[in-house]
Amino acid sequence: MEKYYHPIKFVEERCQGRMKCMRVCPTQAIRVKHGKAKLIEELCVDCGECMNVCPSGAIVPLTDPFARSMDFKHKVALPSPVLFSQFRPEVDPRKVVVALKRIGFDYVCDVSRACQEVTIALEEFLSTYRGRLPLISSFCPTVVRLIQVKYPDLTELVVPIDVPREIAARDFKQELCEKLGVDTQEIGVIYITTCPAKIVSIKQPAEKEKSWIDGAISLVDIFAPLFSAVSGVKDEDVTEEDVGGFTFDAGWSMLGEMTRLLGSERSIAVSGMSDVTKVLDDIESSKLRDIDFVELSSCLGGCIGGSLVVENMYVARNSLLKLLKRFRGSTSVNRDEVLDRYKKGYYFLERKLAPRPLRPLDHDVAKAIEKKKQKDAIYNSLPKIDCGCCGAPTCLSFAEDIVRGQASLDDCIYVGGVKRG
Amino acid sequence: MEDGVLFFQEFSIMGKDFSNAGSVSTEIKSILKEIGFDPVIVRRAAIAAYEAEMNVVMYADRGVVRLRVTPDKISIELEDEGQGIEDIELAMQEGYSTATPEMREMGFGAGMGLPNIKRNSDHFEITSQPGRGTKLNIVIKAR
Repeated sequence: MEKYYHPIKFVEERCQGRMKCMRVCPTQAIRVKHGKAKLIEELCVDCGECMNVCPSGAIVPLTDPFARSMDFKHKVALPSPVLFSQFRPEVDPRKVVVALKRIGFDYVCDVSRACQEVTIALEEFLSTYRGRLPLISSFCPTVVRLIQVKYPDLTELVVPIDVPREIAARDFKQELCEKLGVDTQEIGVIYITTCPAKIVSIKQPAEKEKSWIDGAISLVDIFAPLFSAVSGVKDEDVTEEDVGGFTFDAGWSMLGEMTRLLGSERSIAVSGMSDVTKVLDDIESSKLRDIDFVELSSCLGGCIGGSLVVENMYVARNSLLKLLKRFRGSTSVNRDEVLDRYKKGYYFLERKLAPRPLRPLDHDVAKAIEKKKQKDAIYNSLPKIDCGCCGAPTCLSFAEDIVRGQASLDDCIYVGGVKRG
Repeated sequence: MEDGVLFFQEFSIMGKDFSNAGSVSTEIKSILKEIGFDPVIVRRAAIAAYEAEMNVVMYADRGVVRLRVTPDKISIELEDEGQGIEDIELAMQEGYSTATPEMREMGFGAGMGLPNIKRNSDHFEITSQPGRGTKLNIVIKAR
């Protein structure tokens, strides 16, 4: 079986077995055995919910340390637009750009332009697409993985257009290579991320060989050094040389922005794992009939609600809206040029998104049915209170673990205990 | 249990119970997924089951769904008590619907329900006694 990279790590020494991660996991990918949380790798979709709830700090994101990002000869920061919303609204975002350079980056790559380009590419794709509907956005890596794992039949609905961060990195790298006359390997584009899932899309992309981004640092990790650097930037330090041509666009970082930019009336925007799951269930049963496009974000409120941010998402949203108002129209792209690149296939993903379906109970249908019946029988014998003491999140997942040979009925303190007694 | 049927489950549906509408087809879908059928087969069965379920919710008083699974086929039998269908041939036509304005407001009544079931099944039978009820037999081949 293929080894899946996950952007989080369970630190066993810190884990106190309090089971909060196990209960919150939307794909039931965590078991607590002998007092320690364990991840079932093939089930995990990298949403980061476990990390958010862990009271012991035992689940940590595997972002790149800031120091390692500095190993490249030419260091490019690629901040998520969310970064600019983490400061007080009166902080000039151009000072943040200057500060990024003061803490060690040589260049700051702006994602606004790529976002507008990709929006045009998407509009074009949607207007000429004649296949199965609704189409699903591809920018949230957790949503993409959730679909691969739990909704294999829906992979064909995920739009085959690349995301703005990748396009921005690709363009910037190519331009910089030409300008400096250096090899791509010497340039390191480092994404400042709001969630661990984007790290997977960089280290193990689902739809291409290799990401154009070279590393990811957590917004939380960079915030402290950046904050002090920003405080030190004076008005007169914001020079044309440093921030000339500064543009800002919130991109798709707030829920609903993508559908708004696309201007489609037959679209919906949904966030949060539980609602995302409900909508995917509806799409799978073909219940979503009057909708052509679905924007899905695993974090509540969109990327501004990511697990690696500093500011609460409602305040961040307010700040982003202010920034948008101030810099509206600062980005301009030539539509014809974009369409020309679109026709050449520039914005399309390298390969089709492949399903990553879960292991069936058995590969032989007859045996699978037999195991399904055993599982139902076991489940019906359990107290159905989902206490979690057996180490599985629900009685149902416990019954499945038993049938798969990964747990024993004795692990149940109710039923197992009675038998032993 | 009948020949070769390895899995059997019965579900009941209440007419006009819009808050639970769709739950039976969702359950059928998850059973078939769990057994490990091909995603395309699961989708066809789920769509057929959903349309059939919604017909009961909208037009009948109550109904029973019987799911039978063999390694080769999935059969969904549905029997309802209710107004029945006067003219089956007409009901099978795409676009024909007797949906009320309320049903249409909820997104139903495009007259695609029965044709959709037929399109997603390999074998489809419908019989009805007006004033008594309707019986559907849907079969989806699994390989």
